[in-house]
Amino acid sequence: MSSYFAQEVPLSWYLLLSAALFSLGVVGFLIKRNLITVFMSIELMLNGVNLSFVTFAQQWHAVKGQIFVFFVMMVAAAEAAVGLAIIIAVFRARATLAVDRIDLMKL
Amino acid sequence: MTILQFFLWSLLKVAVVTVVMLLGVAYTVLLERKLVGRIQNRWGPSRVGPFGLLQPLVDGAKSFLKEDIIPTGVYRPLYLLAPILALGCALISIGVVPFGAPNIGPGPLDLFEIANVNVGLLVILGVTSIGVYGIALAGWSSNNKYSLLGALRSSAQLVSYELALGLSLVGVVLRAGSLNLRVIVEQQATNGMLSWNLFGGMQFVAFFIYLMAAYAETNRSPFDLPEAESELTGGYHTEYSSMKFAMFFMAEYGNMITVGCVATLLFLGGWTNPFGNLFGTSNNILVRALFPLFWFVLKVFSFLFLYVWVRGTLPRFRYDQLMNYGWRWLMPLAILNIVATSLWLAYR
Amino acid sequence: MHLILFLVFAGFCLGGAINLLIQSHPINSALSLIVVMVSLAVLYLLLGAEFLAAAQVIVYAGAIMVLFTFVVMLLNAGREARTMGSRAARSIGFPAVVAILAVIATVILHAQSLGVARLSDGLTNVPGQTNIELLSTVLFTKLLLPFEVTSVLILIAILGAVALARHDDTDPQGSAERTDK
Repeated sequence: MSSYFAQEVPLSWYLLLSAALFSLGVVGFLIKRNLITVFMSIELMLNGVNLSFVTFAQQWHAVKGQIFVFFVMMVAAAEAAVGLAIIIAVFRARATLAVDRIDLMKL
Repeated sequence: MTILQFFLWSLLKVAVVTVVMLLGVAYTVLLERKLVGRIQNRWGPSRVGPFGLLQPLVDGAKSFLKEDIIPTGVYRPLYLLAPILALGCALISIGVVPFGAPNIGPGPLDLFEIANVNVGLLVILGVTSIGVYGIALAGWSSNNKYSLLGALRSSAQLVSYELALGLSLVGVVLRAGSLNLRVIVEQQATNGMLSWNLFGGMQFVAFFIYLMAAYAETNRSPFDLPEAESELTGGYHTEYSSMKFAMFFMAEYGNMITVGCVATLLFLGGWTNPFGNLFGTSNNILVRALFPLFWFVLKVFSFLFLYVWVRGTLPRFRYDQLMNYGWRWLMPLAILNIVATSLWLAYR
Repeated sequence: MHLILFLVFAGFCLGGAINLLIQSHPINSALSLIVVMVSLAVLYLLLGAEFLAAAQVIVYAGAIMVLFTFVVMLLNAGREARTMGSRAARSIGFPAVVAILAVIATVILHAQSLGVARLSDGLTNVPGQTNIELLSTVLFTKLLLPFEVTSVLILIAILGAVALARHDDTDPQGSAERTDK
């Protein structure tokens, strides 16, 4: 009965999942028309890449892969803070979040 | 132990802990009403049962039987999801709290903890941080300006004070060298009260920061701005009625109990005897099992008592005061505490 | 057990990601992204990265996504207009995405040396050492400088966010005083 615990999953499945998440992120980046959702798609891509890092850390039994994910998280936090501040500034200047209508370098 | 036995034992533990937790929530409400009543020189609930002890049951029945009103303007899926999320997160985090002595029970089974997780402290912090969504979504989906203002205040407050909360725990983790809650408690067990992190560990600054941040995290007085009834009618749960309102209510008190458990584990020596081995130790299995439980409950109870006492004493902060206090005082103080603790640990 | 957990949470991941794309309201997209992140945390747990799982929940789901929902609520962002984007995105973007995905999938499926993930498969060979201890040892000895540099990066990001988000019409001195009173 305890053999249920020992079941294994090929690492290639994890990698496929991460590739799929990354591609979905790219698609979202292309088709979404809201600035905030576009930003979310970027986060989705980052998450897909993180999964592949953790998978390879397991494959090579090296902790550096996990540490890299840790750094990616910290950079993502900084990026989210600055990016959302930019979004608020843009919204204040243009009163819209549609990426089609934010196409001028200055007002 | 086979996987089936493991599964059944876990199910039993989860059921017992959930029931006890819900009862604890109900009687914390009664405790608060009684104590605030005495502080304000009145009796509090005293009619239902002896000393009003059956009041929580009657209140629960009342919440169930009331009409459930869903306003027309709300965004239904999130409106229904929000109270479930809030209560769920409040109840889940108790799962990694060890509330009794280890190594009691048949075989490798840990009777007094649902799951002994390697990163237990981080699990509690993570689940608490998910709980923000319950409040934020409730306010947003209600389509009401008071709810939205309450939710915005609350999410800003929770995110700000989570930082101070997390940083105040770093000193304790540094001393224990582990994130496992059992290890953290056992590190404080040697000399009773003298080796608690609060006294012997010199973490009283951290405890103070934790206390403040915990009041803010659970939206309790003096930081109860998200539901400040004089400005926001009801805050984020203005549009909720009957059982859905009761779920938010239970979530708040469940969070209080969890926060009390964490304070007990991290600063007050968990389930260990505050007098150490002063009165000798016993080998009786019943004594070894029940006394730790008693000490744990007593410590959590005194923490809850402090909660109510503070609520009955202090007036509410203003919002800008709250933010200034969190970012300008608690944060730097917490960082200083980390630096001081690491220096002390390095040169000891 | 491992297989079941993997299938369930990989399903949640993909479902959440697809739901992010088809929902037109930003708050629904944000919630789907939270679902993706929490299920990724479970997958990290299955891969033996318990610290990263906790950090994923605390940092991504608990802090970054709270900021997102906060901004959506603050700006009261409504439903987005349904346009299919630029012609370049349609004619070059989607074929490119499909091609990249196909190439990556082929490479992954043909890789011979990829192992399997087991529960209870730690990264260390030292008995009694947990993954967290190994991770923190490497992080605070070999990689101390990058770690410190990241903290400076975060500080700069905070300052940048404050500078961007504050109103420009008042001078900084005056607004600082106003919050005090």
